[in-house]
Amino acid sequence: MSVLTPIQPKNAGPPADDDTLTVVPARHPWRWAGTALVLVLLAQFAHGLATNPGWDWGTFAGYFLEKSVMEALLVTLQLTVAGAILGFLGGIPLAAMRLSKNPVLATVSWGYIWVFRSVPLLVQLLFWANLGYLYDRLQIGIPFGPGWSFATADLISPFGAALLGLALHEAAFAGEIIRAGLLSVDQGQHEAAAALGLPKHRQFFKIVVPQAMRAILPNAANLLVNLLKSTSIVYVLAIGELFYQVQVIYGRNGRVVPLLMVATVWYVILTATLSILQYYTERYFARGAVRTLPPTPFQRLKAVLSR
Amino acid sequence: MTNVDKLSKADELTGVDELTGVDRLTGVDRLTGVDQLTGVDQLTGVDRLTGVDELTGADGLTDVDALTSVDDSARVDGLSGPVVVEVTGVHKSFGALHVLRGVDLTALAGTVTVILGPSGSGKSTLLRSINHLEKVDRGLVRVGGELIGYRQSGSKLHELSERQILKQRAGIGFVFQNFNLFPHLTALENVAEAPISAQGKPKSLVYERSRELLDRVGLSDKSDAYPRQLSGGQQQRVAIARALALEPQLILFDEPTSALDPELVGEVLDVLRDLARAGTTMIVVTHEIGFAREAADNVIFMDEGQIVEQGPPAQVLDNPRHDRTRAFLSKVLS
Repeated sequence: MSVLTPIQPKNAGPPADDDTLTVVPARHPWRWAGTALVLVLLAQFAHGLATNPGWDWGTFAGYFLEKSVMEALLVTLQLTVAGAILGFLGGIPLAAMRLSKNPVLATVSWGYIWVFRSVPLLVQLLFWANLGYLYDRLQIGIPFGPGWSFATADLISPFGAALLGLALHEAAFAGEIIRAGLLSVDQGQHEAAAALGLPKHRQFFKIVVPQAMRAILPNAANLLVNLLKSTSIVYVLAIGELFYQVQVIYGRNGRVVPLLMVATVWYVILTATLSILQYYTERYFARGAVRTLPPTPFQRLKAVLSR
Repeated sequence: MTNVDKLSKADELTGVDELTGVDRLTGVDRLTGVDQLTGVDQLTGVDRLTGVDELTGADGLTDVDALTSVDDSARVDGLSGPVVVEVTGVHKSFGALHVLRGVDLTALAGTVTVILGPSGSGKSTLLRSINHLEKVDRGLVRVGGELIGYRQSGSKLHELSERQILKQRAGIGFVFQNFNLFPHLTALENVAEAPISAQGKPKSLVYERSRELLDRVGLSDKSDAYPRQLSGGQQQRVAIARALALEPQLILFDEPTSALDPELVGEVLDVLRDLARAGTTMIVVTHEIGFAREAADNVIFMDEGQIVEQGPPAQVLDNPRHDRTRAFLSKVLS
């Protein structure tokens, strides 16, 4: 038998010259042992979940879709969506400024990111909520000229303070994520776009951004999931979001664990939804990056079922 | 008319009282009121030459300056035609590295200029400064008579805005060593992008023409493929079609075959030869001596940021005047 056997077609049998030879696949006993161990542990955990009365699934079910919980969930979603939009809207100019050749702009952006990444979100939120102590009135208008002035307390509600804090905090991180994405685009792409004389905005939005998105998306999704969970911190401002609301309820009835589970399951569901969105968005921007896209889990399932 | 050995394409030639000792006079469209014109050895590509009362002993009429003052024509070692590229006294440094040290270059319409030279000799920098991808420190670059990157008013050069520079670049094709196709766009979209967004041409027309261009480079069946699904040679041919799509007056090629497997070089050079035959004005930086010998009208040898010598391929490649050229060629050809 030669050392280099030509690759056989799949159904042609073992790669042997002689029909009397058969191939015995290698055995992996430890893989089986490991699998069995993990399955036993999982079964134990599931059993515990089902039988331990401490989980109190009845209470969980009673509150999972309860009206006040739903309203709180809506607040959480509002904070997440508005925070993400404002955060990324802020991140775009921050990234552009840091990449700018103008040293003043680059330094200002660097300074912003430094400060807002350094100050813990919780501290920041308390700061914004107490802005009225620092600035009694806020004024907009022509610099050093006339303008309109508002009482800070009227202008910044607790929800506004929470949103402001989340958005400013997000913007610092989003700026860095966007900058990383823009830097990941090959210099040759910028040159090719410039050599073709494409208008500047077209170079940016049609050539650079779609390629930067591949690097931006996984990090942006991370940031978004983090933001979703960070909204639980704003309970310190007594805003009726999900975590605050379950605390209110278990403060009343003392059933801490099932109500924490209500919040937990909702966070998990929202994160799972985001992950699915992330998967398909990433797939969209992977166009041309790989020769053929791998099948989606759905397509794989369909292929298995139709076999 | 006496002693005229060869006189071709003379559409109109009137009022010639005396014209003697003309060895070669080609491409004359109109030549009027010439009273006396003697001893002309070679006079080519003259579109209009009027009111010449006396022009004698015109051996000295091989001088490029004298002719450009008559019309827009120039001679580069036996070639003639309107000037497309005119680089004068260009210097460029990257930090302490003086990459271009006073380069003058003229490329005429419909000609192929091949730039040879060892790496680091400034070939690519010269090419990139022609479409202002590199800003030169000193000297001027003109393409189609238009100053690139600046606007001249009196003795002042005003830097053009980014927008105006982009507009100028759209008239100059550029083909990169690494193709630089847009990976997220199909071959067809790559070709169609610039005519639509830089030149504002209607989409349906551009797509139709882009398909023709892909067909011209032999890739009509690949128009919906993404660059990564194509071989290097195919990608470079798409890149050439992309450059052609702008209908540029000039195409610059920066080592178009250097990133290719040897077996794929041929298909790209074939496209380049086709373009040369079709009368495309091209400046090609390459190490393909065979291509230079066969397709070039003018071969330029550069070393250490200067043009060492230039001329027709037969002269520069087979009978170089300078030792440096000879040394380089012996290394490349061996």
